[in-house]
Amino acid sequence: MNPAMSVVIFTTLCGAAQGLVVTLAVLVLGGALDASNATVNSGLVLAGVMLLASLAASFLHLGRPERAWRAVMMWRTSWLSREVIVLPLFTATVGLWWLTQALGHFVPLLPVICVLVSVLLWYCTAMVYMCIRFLQEWAHPLTLINYTLIGLSSGLILSGALLALIGPQGVAVQVAPFALVITIVAWIARALSLRRNRTIRHASTLQSAIGVRARDIKQISMGMSAGSFNTREFFHPASRAVLKNIKWGFIVLGFAVPAVLVAWFLVSHDRSAWLIAFPLQYLGLLCERWFFFAQARHPQNLYYQVVS
Amino acid sequence: MTMTTKPVAETLARQLALVIDLDVCVGCHACVTSCKQWNTSGAAGPLADERAYGANPSGTFFNRVQTFEAGTFPDTDTIHFPKSCLHCEDPPCVPVCPTGASYKRAEDGIVLVDYDKCIGCKYCSWACPYGARELDEERKVMTKCTLCVDRIYDESLPVAERKPACVMACPTGARLFGDVKDPNSEVSKAIRERGGYALMPEWETHPANQYLPRRTASAPTRDSKDDCGP
Repeated sequence: MNPAMSVVIFTTLCGAAQGLVVTLAVLVLGGALDASNATVNSGLVLAGVMLLASLAASFLHLGRPERAWRAVMMWRTSWLSREVIVLPLFTATVGLWWLTQALGHFVPLLPVICVLVSVLLWYCTAMVYMCIRFLQEWAHPLTLINYTLIGLSSGLILSGALLALIGPQGVAVQVAPFALVITIVAWIARALSLRRNRTIRHASTLQSAIGVRARDIKQISMGMSAGSFNTREFFHPASRAVLKNIKWGFIVLGFAVPAVLVAWFLVSHDRSAWLIAFPLQYLGLLCERWFFFAQARHPQNLYYQVVS
Repeated sequence: MTMTTKPVAETLARQLALVIDLDVCVGCHACVTSCKQWNTSGAAGPLADERAYGANPSGTFFNRVQTFEAGTFPDTDTIHFPKSCLHCEDPPCVPVCPTGASYKRAEDGIVLVDYDKCIGCKYCSWACPYGARELDEERKVMTKCTLCVDRIYDESLPVAERKPACVMACPTGARLFGDVKDPNSEVSKAIRERGGYALMPEWETHPANQYLPRRTASAPTRDSKDDCGP
């Protein structure tokens, strides 16, 4: 697939915002942070801004954004429709939590709802990709696991950065082991999906695509001289070398570097570790999501092997 | 105006489709150009043509003809392979559409896009294993073969011409059109007698369009050397 930057930004930004809200909710419900703490307030505002930005990014993917409201219609059958409903719902619950807090009331039910809706949103987002059975790189529970763990990892590290900036420092120390463990588990899960995709056997072949049983088939012409939607949407322009660099880029920046920095914070209590970790990890996760799309080989590509 | 998401019945009583005879297709692209001509002139507006006179022309087509070569020299078959929407009986592109713009008609099984409801999210094109859908770069909505739905029911046309434009244009009669659910139709007979097959059966989309195999390609045991003259 040809990765669309709008979707790459949307899913990474939204996932980090979800992870941030879940972390804040758990800290508040667990009693580690007071609900009226400045970090909770600014964390919820930041999450709201990130969610609105991700929503805006998702609009950029549409040919007809002015009709976007129609996308809520088919929630009975379409995971994309469900995602379109749950994203604003999540944003609204985060907003409500922030608003009640700003008005001086703490409603413990709201962070609980935020966590539940966030889990639902991860499920919907992952199912958008998982449910396409012939995109075999995506059609596996690891897609859901990765979307959730990566969102949690980036959210934990973002909340660590917030705590490092605003405080209290002690809570950052409490968050760090969780951030470290989740980041390492996310790394393992992503490595498992990379391993699975390396040896994946695609069910469709050129033989099944055109229904000719001959062992040797080559395409002479794909029926157009200069490409079409089919060659633009489903093929990424990156070379093998670039693909490999991006893969190592996200393994290092998205998982290894943040894990090392969080471990360093645990040892040294040096606040700057968090502040470096989040931007580097986010850059890595942009690469991760780009690679997620680029690595998926659509069966329609079998019909487009030769330009002539 | 609200369209309910009534699930498509397991089997429709009627399913219009094309049956394409790969033994007869000569790869002339008449079906491609006639399709483009008919569909660019319809009420839905023209199909995009970008840089039509430039070095890299691109545009929206509902039907393409590709060419493949099977076997190894000198035992090769050149296969001209027309491909358009297969109007699957279980179309994976329909349930994923978030707006309901993509739908399958219960009365004749044609899969259509309501251009006024499409938001151009391209998700349906991801959900089609055949690459049958193309986003129109000017209208910014998803487009695809309509089986010339604006032609096949047109009572102002003579009965013999109430067929898709591609079928009318084919000079070799490689394209048959009819109801694959009617066992006595021309298409059903052709599928039965000639071993019609579906593309990518592994995804169980049950394409309504089927292909008739090359007679030479389906007889790999023939001794081709005997056919050659001195």
